[in-house]
Amino acid sequence: MVEFQKWRKSESAQGLFLISPTLGFALLLLAVPLIMVVALSFWTQDYLTLDRTFTTANYQAAWTEPMYQYLMARSLKISIFVTASTVFLAYPVAYFISFYVAPKRKAMWIFLITIPFWTSYLMRIFLWKVILGYNGVINGSLTGLGIINEPLSFILYNQNAVVLTLAHAWIPFAILPIFVALERVDRSLIEAAEDLGDSALRRFFRVTLPLSMPGVIAATIIVFIPTIGDYVTPRLVGGPNGLMISNMIELQFKKANNAPLGSALAISAMGIVTFFALAFLWLNRKYVRGPS
Amino acid sequence: MMRKGRFFKWFIGFFLVFLYAPAVLLPVFAFNASSIVSFPLSGFTIEWFLVLFDTETLHVAARNSLLIAVITSVFSTLLAVLAARASTRFSFFGRRSIMGFVMLPMVLPEIIIGVSLLVVIIQMGFELSLWSIIMGHILICTPFCIAILSSAFMNLDKSLEEASFDLGQTRWNTFWLVIFPLVMPGIVASLLIAFTISLDEFIIAFFLAGTEPTLPVYIWGQLRFPAKLPSLMALGTVLLIISIGLLLIADYFRRRGIRKTGIENTGGFL
Repeated sequence: MVEFQKWRKSESAQGLFLISPTLGFALLLLAVPLIMVVALSFWTQDYLTLDRTFTTANYQAAWTEPMYQYLMARSLKISIFVTASTVFLAYPVAYFISFYVAPKRKAMWIFLITIPFWTSYLMRIFLWKVILGYNGVINGSLTGLGIINEPLSFILYNQNAVVLTLAHAWIPFAILPIFVALERVDRSLIEAAEDLGDSALRRFFRVTLPLSMPGVIAATIIVFIPTIGDYVTPRLVGGPNGLMISNMIELQFKKANNAPLGSALAISAMGIVTFFALAFLWLNRKYVRGPS
Repeated sequence: MMRKGRFFKWFIGFFLVFLYAPAVLLPVFAFNASSIVSFPLSGFTIEWFLVLFDTETLHVAARNSLLIAVITSVFSTLLAVLAARASTRFSFFGRRSIMGFVMLPMVLPEIIIGVSLLVVIIQMGFELSLWSIIMGHILICTPFCIAILSSAFMNLDKSLEEASFDLGQTRWNTFWLVIFPLVMPGIVASLLIAFTISLDEFIIAFFLAGTEPTLPVYIWGQLRFPAKLPSLMALGTVLLIISIGLLLIADYFRRRGIRKTGIENTGGFL
């Protein structure tokens, strides 16, 4: 009893007490629902009646049927392309803000980069459809200028369009962590490398890049994981060959009325992303020796 | 060095064009007199904005979205204040894993959250309503609020609090008289960010909306009709102006908070 009284006044107890509503909310609305999705993925549904006997049939379907395999592979491929192009585009921008912009104006530049992000999500994606479309902004101006005779068709309703649109949507999320990491790079280390005779390129690859790796890794994870679950972009600009796994998950939950299969697809997709994210982190620690 | 600088200027120029292309085209098409959303432009009109005033279904969706956004911002800020205060002031058992778990919705694909909440609501036999959307929105907004509030609480000087105890104030009074005024700007910023995120959130609302649509769900439904597109552009422009206005206010409060605690301003937020 005395022990408990003492514990109750300790830092640990106060902290736990203070955070308990937030934790409770997250347990109730995140952990419990996720557990239920896992449970549901091992059950079967026949129209409206739910059969609660344990079966792995949904996972067998999710992993062996060509259509699901194909969609899963495509989603993964698109996610990887989006992540790579976003990070490669973000790094120079973050580098520019960190190394070339006057310290007083850095905050303004960061704000400038985040503004387009606050355009309505749906409208932003839809506008890419307008820009890339058959009669769209790009084709219209190129034919108007006489550069092309026929509208380019490879820019809308395919996977290129999905990658471009998603890269646009996620770029601020990649720039910010890289910028923060670059800000932390001790400038005297770069000067030291210069004094010791390293060229600008060598300085970058031997000092700046390794020291900013934590930002690159954070950006990669932040972009990669949510991208695989994007629903709107493939629907609006993907065309029939650009659909992704989340479009199938939605179909199973709504029109196809097969929530258990939808759950198995969702859990599988999450498992695959987690696996790839962990493998990426592991490779980084092993070969780049960037801090985890 | 000069050559490198020029390369960066071109690169950043192209990047900004890419980044701002949709945001700039939105008002362009909203004021364009043609009923087809494409180039060439045909003339200036405010007709599409006037259409918005007469669309009753839009008003209903906007009211739903406002209600959801207000309730969401209040509750996620409350939950975030508790979490941010606990994690910056106290060290307790499992702090890192608890915080990691609470921040998880920030990286989870929204479709996973939408699907899992849908499963629970259906399995428990509840009806889909605006409240189910509110619950989902609180879940995804809280991590963003925690991120903002953590920096507000971290900048607090612990000695101010101790001074207040030494002067005989209770814990409760210390919070309201000393801590609260200092983190107030962070709280306003957090409220505004959560409001903005909730107002624009689509996937969770799409999965959990019963018969009552939110604004993004309404927009999604209208995107199928080419005739509705110009007025959607006008709506998008109005929403963009509201979001940027709210963000400028949020940023103003965040800066004020940083000034109050006497620390150099180091960057924006997201």
